[in-house]
Amino acid sequence: MQLEGSRLACKLPSVLESVLVANRGEIARRVITSARRLGVRSVAVHSEADADLPFVREADEAVLLGPAQPAASYLNGPAIVAAAEQTGARAIHPGYGFLAENPAFAASVLEAGLTWVGPSPDSMEQMGDKINARNLMEQAGVPVSAGTREPVADVAAALAAAEQIGYPVMVKAAAGGGGIGMSAAAGPAELAAGFETARSRAERFFSSPAILLERYVERARHVEVQILGLADGRVLALGERDCSAQRRHQKVAEETPSPGVSPELRARMLAAAVQAGLAVKYLGAGTVEFLVDVASGDFMFLEMNTRLQVEHPVTELVTGIDLVEQQFRIAAGDDISFRAQDVAPAGHALELRIYAEDSKRFLPSPGTITEWVEPSGPGVRVDAGYAAGNTVTPFYDPLLAKLCLYGADRAEALDRAKAAVAAFGIAGLKTNLEFHGELLASAEFSSGDYDTGLVGRLRA
Amino acid sequence: MSEVRAEMVANVWKVVATEGDTIADGDTLVILESMKMEIPVLAESSGTLTKLAVAEGDVVQEGDLIAVIQ
Repeated sequence: MQLEGSRLACKLPSVLESVLVANRGEIARRVITSARRLGVRSVAVHSEADADLPFVREADEAVLLGPAQPAASYLNGPAIVAAAEQTGARAIHPGYGFLAENPAFAASVLEAGLTWVGPSPDSMEQMGDKINARNLMEQAGVPVSAGTREPVADVAAALAAAEQIGYPVMVKAAAGGGGIGMSAAAGPAELAAGFETARSRAERFFSSPAILLERYVERARHVEVQILGLADGRVLALGERDCSAQRRHQKVAEETPSPGVSPELRARMLAAAVQAGLAVKYLGAGTVEFLVDVASGDFMFLEMNTRLQVEHPVTELVTGIDLVEQQFRIAAGDDISFRAQDVAPAGHALELRIYAEDSKRFLPSPGTITEWVEPSGPGVRVDAGYAAGNTVTPFYDPLLAKLCLYGADRAEALDRAKAAVAAFGIAGLKTNLEFHGELLASAEFSSGDYDTGLVGRLRA
Repeated sequence: MSEVRAEMVANVWKVVATEGDTIADGDTLVILESMKMEIPVLAESSGTLTKLAVAEGDVVQEGDLIAVIQ
């Protein structure tokens, strides 16, 4: 039997005879799909709330971790390692979110004698703190924006730092992610309020009160680069993804190539991403996020995500590379499935995040799915976490599915996206499908000339 | 009298107001949490908070009573 895109699949070492997927929903299912294709036995772990989801059914084995609350299930590191030992799983793939960027968890996996499908705890630690990461990147010659080089202790220190940086400024949690606690401040009063909010959220969500300030770029695109760190020390850049379509600083749609990045800028950004990876001896799949200042054309380092990214499918669609397979191979000490010089992205890919939220105010909408009809056809890929009959609970993020489209060019990808959004049938709860229809029909998104203010303008 | 009800299934993260408080239109009464998002529940009228029907840690269903303002 010929396995698609994996010439060396039969030579995978026994260390990846099996993998436990320490995650849920669409990403757990995504990892299980590649595992199955490569002949790797998969083990799912799940909470009581998720017992009926497709990823639990599709894994070769499933272990109940505990109650729905993340702390009792997907964030319960010792229970996850115990599940690996109980089922004989030899490796742990963390997906994204939950424990994926937790160096202590990665270390505990390695201490248990298991393979960690991810970078070293050291690399994770270095990039996990945004202040440390910024300083490190500056030393490595990667462009960073004006900002604070150490945690900002209090409002007075924030106001003093903002005077140095110049308004407007962005307030962020140093240990943060997902836009939580982030806000822009045009002046001192907004900064004082934003600082307090950021601080309380940082403590609550990330158990760290450290806050940083950065120069806020008025018109910016959010463009990130997919990298792969190889066992021999090389770092490859597999192209960029434009993630400027955001609501509440969280991505709703991504595309590659970025319509706002010229070949010359792309070359510089990919080179900077490789520098970033080399600086932390990065191993495996990672993403270096940059902000592109639309007015000046400059780009600057934002942060690095030391794991597989939600929007990785768009890169897979234009390169033909299965990124999860490469993660398995690198973790197992095997060669990747392609030659670096053969990477030649072609065509255009889009990802639309289908969330359980209303299309107007983007408020969460948990509920039971009574109907689930996925679109299909040429260039359509759906990475879904749910099916008809499943209940979407308030305990986890609202991502239901990722609707991914490929086209020979951007126009074809957009046409396919419009048809696929119209054909996607979900009933029983509110979704943002209607919003995606509006996004695709908007002149600004269609033109490709948009920035992170796009969704706000559509809702103004 | 106005009743404030939950718009969605959510966990009650923080109770900000206390029974007997004088409330102005737009004041935050409680903060719900659903799908990793904090959702402040605001007063839609002014008056006295005569009843607070939820406590921190409760799970509310869509339509559940949160508070009464008179």
